[in-house]
Amino acid sequence: MAQPAPSRLGAVLAPLLALAAILAVWEGLTRALAVPAYLLPPPSAVLAAAAHDAGALASGALMTGRAALIGFLMSAVFGALAAIALGSSRLLEKAFYPYTIFLQTVPIVAIAPLLVLWFGPGLRAVAVSAFIVSVFPVIANTLAGLRSVDPGLRDLFRLYGAGRFATLVKLSIPSAVPSIVTGLRVASGLAVIGTIVGEFVAGFSEDSAGLGILVLSSYRQLRTDLLFAAVLTAAALGLALFGAVNLVGALLLRRWHPSEQNR
Amino acid sequence: MPEPHSPAISQPANGGVRVVLRGVRRRFATGVEAIAGLDLDLAAGSFVALLGPSGCGKSTLLRLVAGLDRADAGEVSVGDGTTRPSIAYVFQDPHLMPWRRNLDNVALPLELAGVPVAERHEKAREALRMVDLADAADRYPGELSGGMRMRASLARALVIRPRLLLLDEPFAALDELTRHRLDDQLRALWIELGMTVLFVTHAIGEAAYLAERAVVFSRRPARIVADRTLDLPRERSFSLRADPAFAREERALYEALVRGEAA
Ligand SMILES: Nc1ncnc2c1ncn2[C@@H]1O[C@H](COP(=O)(O)OP(=O)(O)OP(=O)(O)O)[C@@H](O)[C@H]1O
Ligand SMILES: [Mg+2]
Repeated sequence: MAQPAPSRLGAVLAPLLALAAILAVWEGLTRALAVPAYLLPPPSAVLAAAAHDAGALASGALMTGRAALIGFLMSAVFGALAAIALGSSRLLEKAFYPYTIFLQTVPIVAIAPLLVLWFGPGLRAVAVSAFIVSVFPVIANTLAGLRSVDPGLRDLFRLYGAGRFATLVKLSIPSAVPSIVTGLRVASGLAVIGTIVGEFVAGFSEDSAGLGILVLSSYRQLRTDLLFAAVLTAAALGLALFGAVNLVGALLLRRWHPSEQNR
Repeated sequence: MPEPHSPAISQPANGGVRVVLRGVRRRFATGVEAIAGLDLDLAAGSFVALLGPSGCGKSTLLRLVAGLDRADAGEVSVGDGTTRPSIAYVFQDPHLMPWRRNLDNVALPLELAGVPVAERHEKAREALRMVDLADAADRYPGELSGGMRMRASLARALVIRPRLLLLDEPFAALDELTRHRLDDQLRALWIELGMTVLFVTHAIGEAAYLAERAVVFSRRPARIVADRTLDLPRERSFSLRADPAFAREERALYEALVRGEAA
């Protein structure tokens, strides 16, 4: 399973070079066209703001990261459990699956105030917002994975007298692991988005003043450079969570799943 | 009869079971009639090859015998009907669990029967030895060749010492040489273990080489167009394929297939 060094280097280098090019063009254009900094600050100004307000960014990242992680973990656990429950009975699936789709279509911005009413402003409401936004892909992918078990193996389990529980634990769930990982990948990005939205509405307390709040306050002060820095930090948080999920997925699947081989 | 002393065996084989089908019909919900009134009696410990055109109902019959599907009419009895005898099934594709190494794939039927881990691993190693896969016990299916996977699948069937072994075109996808080697191994294992074998194949030569008796099916719905006891020696080797007696049996089976196709 040795990786060819050049392609790995390329995988790191290529996006970095692209980023450098984009930043250079951005910097050059904002300067050449004298774009007002409150509309579009040059990258150098964003960097300066990030350095100047490093403390606020760091504590914001911590708050947002914590809420996103809690929401994401709730999605992972409840999403997978819900899917297993739905997958264990056609009747349950028929009865409840349509309503899980509702979770995906619900406009989170519109129900966030409701969350404040139920949970009070703060970490809980924000984390629940992250959960609502990120749980559906976990349910849908897990369910699809549970449903896509090799029918030959199903027959084999039946032939050798496996009960429902043994079939679930030894066949269906392992078969679904690649799909679950896919669901978690999608959920990781969504959890951060759900957190920021949640903070806009419910983040006005000490334990939840994250990057969303920093975005709002820099917007009110027309500190567009800091706004950019906050948005980029939020994106980096999403990337970090995504990377962590990828890592866990790769560890789980490396020995047997084609998606993790020949990379 | 099992041979007096074989190093591969730590316990005596318990012999084959008789399989009787009387007036068996199977009509699918789609209206397709796969089997319309079939009688067949397989002697305990016999090796029977089943030939027939594609789509005539061979796999359907195997599934009925295995108890994976129910007949709409008639009866299927395996063994004396008091205790459920051990039945093993080898599909056309290996159907191994990609997340388990070979040893644990092969041990699956014992695991489902609640055999403790040390004992089932020992038996799985023995079954892997029987198919010359002892070295690959710790490898994953994705790391094996097609022929090795098929042998692992065969080992998984043998690990329970089945009294009835059902094989559905198990070696069809393999190259000629590998197939011949597996044919020889299967034949040797049958002589060693004494189970009843029902072997579905498209290949006339394979049927004649392996079996004691060959049953040829007509086009769907399957009827028996020929039922031959093959007049060939018990000891078979590559040279038999050039024997006039072998050519005679092949010809007879070929003609029966043509008749069944026209019927
Ligand atoms: N679950 C099913 N539902 C409906 N029709 C089926 C089902 N299984 C098999 N059939 C039909 O029954 C017929 C016999 O199928 P079967 O798989 O037994 O054929 P076969 O003899 O094994 O063919 P092959 O040699 O190509 O494997 C076919 O026409 C097939 O389409
Ligand atoms: Mg078939």
